Amino acid sequence: MNKGKAEEDDYWHSSKYSAFTFDDDDYDFTKLKESQRAVNSIRGLVEDDCEDDEDVEKVSWSGEPVGSILWGVKETASSLRTSGDTQNHGFPKIQHNPPLPRQSSGYSLSSLFKGKNKTSSFSSLLDSLPDTSMRVYAPELRKPRSEYKDYDSDWNSEETIRRMRQGKAYSLENFHSLQEKLLLLDEAVSSHNSNVITAVLIFLKRTLSKAILFRELAEREVALRHFIHLLKETGEQRILVELLKKLGRMEDMALLQYKEHISIKDENQRKDFLKTCLSLPFSPDDSTHVQDHYMLLERQIIIEANDKRTDTEIFKKHPRKASILNMPIITTLYYSCFYHYGESEGTFSSPANIRKTFRISEKQYFLTALGARAKLKQWSDVDRLCNTTNWLGYTKKKSPIGFQRVVEILHKNGAPLQVLQDYMSLVDNTEVRVSLAQKFKCHDIVINTYKELKDRQQLIVYQSKLERGSPEYQVIDELIHSLNIRWKN
Amino acid sequence: MAAHLCYGRVNLNILREAARKDLREFLDKCAGSKAIVWDEYLTGPFGLIAQYSLLKEHEVEKMFTLKAGRLPPADVKNIIFFVRPRLELMDIIAENVMSEDKMQSPREFNILFVPRRSMLCEQRLKEQGVLGSFTNIDEYILDLIPYDGDLLSMECESAFRECYLENDQTSLYHTAKGLMTIQALYGTIPQIFGKGECARHVANMMLRMKREFAGSQTQILPVFDTLLLLDRNVDLLTPLATQLTYEGLIDEIYGITNGYVKLPPEKFAQKKQGEGGKDLPTEPKKLQLNSAEELYAEIRDKNFNAVGAALSKKAKIISAAFEERHNAKTVGEIKQFVSQLPHMQAARSSLANHTSIAELIKDITTSETFFDNLTVEQEFMTGVDTDKVNTYIEDCIAQKDPLIKILRLVCMQSVCNNGLKQKVLDYYKREILQTYGYEYILTLNNLEKTGLLKPQTTTRNNYPTIRKTLKLWMEDANEQNPNDISYVYSGYAPLSVRLTQVLARPGWRSIEEVLKMLPGPHFEERQPLPTGLHKKRQQGENRTTLVFFLGGVTYAEIAALRFLSQMEEGGTEYIIATTKLINGTSWIKSLMDKPEVNI
Repeated sequence: MNKGKAEEDDYWHSSKYSAFTFDDDDYDFTKLKESQRAVNSIRGLVEDDCEDDEDVEKVSWSGEPVGSILWGVKETASSLRTSGDTQNHGFPKIQHNPPLPRQSSGYSLSSLFKGKNKTSSFSSLLDSLPDTSMRVYAPELRKPRSEYKDYDSDWNSEETIRRMRQGKAYSLENFHSLQEKLLLLDEAVSSHNSNVITAVLIFLKRTLSKAILFRELAEREVALRHFIHLLKETGEQRILVELLKKLGRMEDMALLQYKEHISIKDENQRKDFLKTCLSLPFSPDDSTHVQDHYMLLERQIIIEANDKRTDTEIFKKHPRKASILNMPIITTLYYSCFYHYGESEGTFSSPANIRKTFRISEKQYFLTALGARAKLKQWSDVDRLCNTTNWLGYTKKKSPIGFQRVVEILHKNGAPLQVLQDYMSLVDNTEVRVSLAQKFKCHDIVINTYKELKDRQQLIVYQSKLERGSPEYQVIDELIHSLNIRWKN
Repeated sequence: MAAHLCYGRVNLNILREAARKDLREFLDKCAGSKAIVWDEYLTGPFGLIAQYSLLKEHEVEKMFTLKAGRLPPADVKNIIFFVRPRLELMDIIAENVMSEDKMQSPREFNILFVPRRSMLCEQRLKEQGVLGSFTNIDEYILDLIPYDGDLLSMECESAFRECYLENDQTSLYHTAKGLMTIQALYGTIPQIFGKGECARHVANMMLRMKREFAGSQTQILPVFDTLLLLDRNVDLLTPLATQLTYEGLIDEIYGITNGYVKLPPEKFAQKKQGEGGKDLPTEPKKLQLNSAEELYAEIRDKNFNAVGAALSKKAKIISAAFEERHNAKTVGEIKQFVSQLPHMQAARSSLANHTSIAELIKDITTSETFFDNLTVEQEFMTGVDTDKVNTYIEDCIAQKDPLIKILRLVCMQSVCNNGLKQKVLDYYKREILQTYGYEYILTLNNLEKTGLLKPQTTTRNNYPTIRKTLKLWMEDANEQNPNDISYVYSGYAPLSVRLTQVLARPGWRSIEEVLKMLPGPHFEERQPLPTGLHKKRQQGENRTTLVFFLGGVTYAEIAALRFLSQMEEGGTEYIIATTKLINGTSWIKSLMDKPEVNI
């Protein structure tokens, strides 16, 4: 139920600025045209594909240079589709091309740090950046026995972390006491290596009680952040909520829990979940918003259930394009103004009720209702919407968004000339009024406004733009020759 | 393929070659024929390092995209998964491995983690019961990827979010590591400057890593004189503004990923003679954008208003070159002309492409919407009416413009006003939640936590002082022949680049006051060089500074730094590094908890 954005987006005017000028607009544009022309004139000269040309990189339509990785993936995919299956039944192919000899020159990133490279100046770096040399890894897995030969179960925390950083075999099971474990954690943290820190945290999470772990983490900011990250990654929401609560980060905890609703698909489950969120310790502002969120979904479910079954005229004439569930409140209000206008305030679906419950500002309400009623071409509703009665009982037209915007919205929705004129004449600023009238070809308004301003010159200018002999032309003719008006020019 | 990496002040191809060598070594470790299964996200960054041919040379026969279910048939000895360390990818790999046909000749499984292996992922594989099926588990350290002759990126999308929202410093650790790699290849950087908490942290880690191997110094003459580390949150304003350089606008409108842009195909349909206009392609046109393309290198950093003239000048030159054929009379002359054809041909097609792109962009920049938006941005940046509800923003919300556009403007107003009045902030928040949905409470909270959106705490607004001292607004920005970096935003000089400029001359001591107003500490460190490695500067030789943006950098900022590099008597050339190439939209998006927002 979008408000037809595309239809509405060209009636916004505001002050102009000059810094990013398009003064030489035309000049600049011709330049583009010029280069386009040049391109075209050259185009015929040479054939477009010059395949045997080595200087020109070959590029497929999708832009992948032929031979790039992405191109390669696509090639494999298409060859599989065509011949993949049949190929497989054939005899195993013999490798014809032996692998090319390895290039032995140049640096390699890993060798820089592993000191594998023959280039002598780098080998000294071996111990400098031990973290990067985690090539040999997963020690408890498929590692030849020989690698365990330096295994010793008596390492202290420092040595263990060093081995972890280097990707050597290690065991954490020997760290029994709380003190030992915390030393290990602190050592890991000071390595800055997130992988090592994570490994230790997983170990602590498994071997310590939650209460103790939380207490100790509260005093270790970096480790705590890593732990929170770990819980987020693994989706252990419950523990995370518990942890934040323990830390007194109530708003964070509330938001974190609230966030979960995004992944709940079923609207009733989602509604129930939001209900449980109401008591969470949000900031006062957010608390109101979450409350509104819950009430809105609750209401949408009721409206949706009813409207799905209804086949009153309005629904037959304008079938619903989408469900109203999970739509923002303004969209819901628009829907209500479209399908449920005029319902008494007592019903859940009435505009008045929605406006009141969700504290919609006068401006927003007016704009939304106007959009919906104009879309349905219910000009009398538009009329009533603008009417205000003062204490003497006189009705007067008022618009919280100004009448210029009203006219523009009405025009967009194909309002007849008479309706447009009625509202145009309510635009106070004569300059704006005239430009609106000219834009939408309301001749009467233009003529009357100039007459009001006693601006004969402008009338003559305007007349020159009109078709000779048209009724408007004649009206102006009569006016400018009239002796009863005291023209200012 | 990568020649453009060598032309710059610093030969970044050395870094690329090192990365390639690493890749070859890993491939050779898995002896025999192999098939690579790609995490699709990685094909982009990898494309900047290697081509398919390199993989083929090392017996890679097939390549697939990682998908759930059973692996496609391939008669190879090894299957290698190239993946980011993500838990959801581990589940897919586990499924692949488990559904492998036991009857077929067994294939060996390997994993290459990019850029780091992760304990968590291996744990997950273990839980799934497949960890034992892998012959090699390795990591491919790809911290800094060379994007262009003067540009390195870690392409770590979540770096800003992690650093400033979640307080997770893992990406900073990788930054420090990346900088150690740079120093191993290009020599110790003697001087380190920085501004911001994260900058301080990275510098500390670098110095510590350096200390850990005191005594074993690299014997390379330093290529860089200075390293400048800048926190993105020191300058929150710049990425929010709409970039107005050619490359910046391409990124704003179409988004550049890994040096490629996807464009609507209509303007690129090649009409050959006699073919008419049939078969308009529907697939987006994909183009590579880097300085290897002569014309693009020339116009990418220009203000868009100067691009038309540049293109037309180029068109005349090319036309003239083709006209030469009429003058070619002798066989020798004709031969000469023909030998130049390929080059002319390439120049012609490059001109055609950029003319089409410029037309596409022109359609947008000349629209009223674009103009109005820019007007409001510039009002905010010059400090006009930043303390009350802006009617343009109000109107945009009323007509349901894309939420990110709204958020960019509201955040900009907040930054330029050093926080919004509580009443104004509450008003915006209510309008946004009512129009776009209450679930954006989460996004608004994230923006507040990172300081992009905040209530005013003091009545004192620092921004005007900062703007005046650093000359962030230049009334008479010259778009055609710029004389100041402010041309990249048609008047606004990016704060981050001003800080860089002032550091080079006259030095930060002149702006102590302003530095104190910006968040985080500023500092200077020196790294001692072994004797004999001190550079003897030739007279008039430029200094080289590596500027590292922690949390992202925009193309307009890069353009401004390139402008400074090229300035005569500037005295400093800049190489740029970052955690991620960003624009206002991708940046705000990274802070949203609901990623599926229509842009």
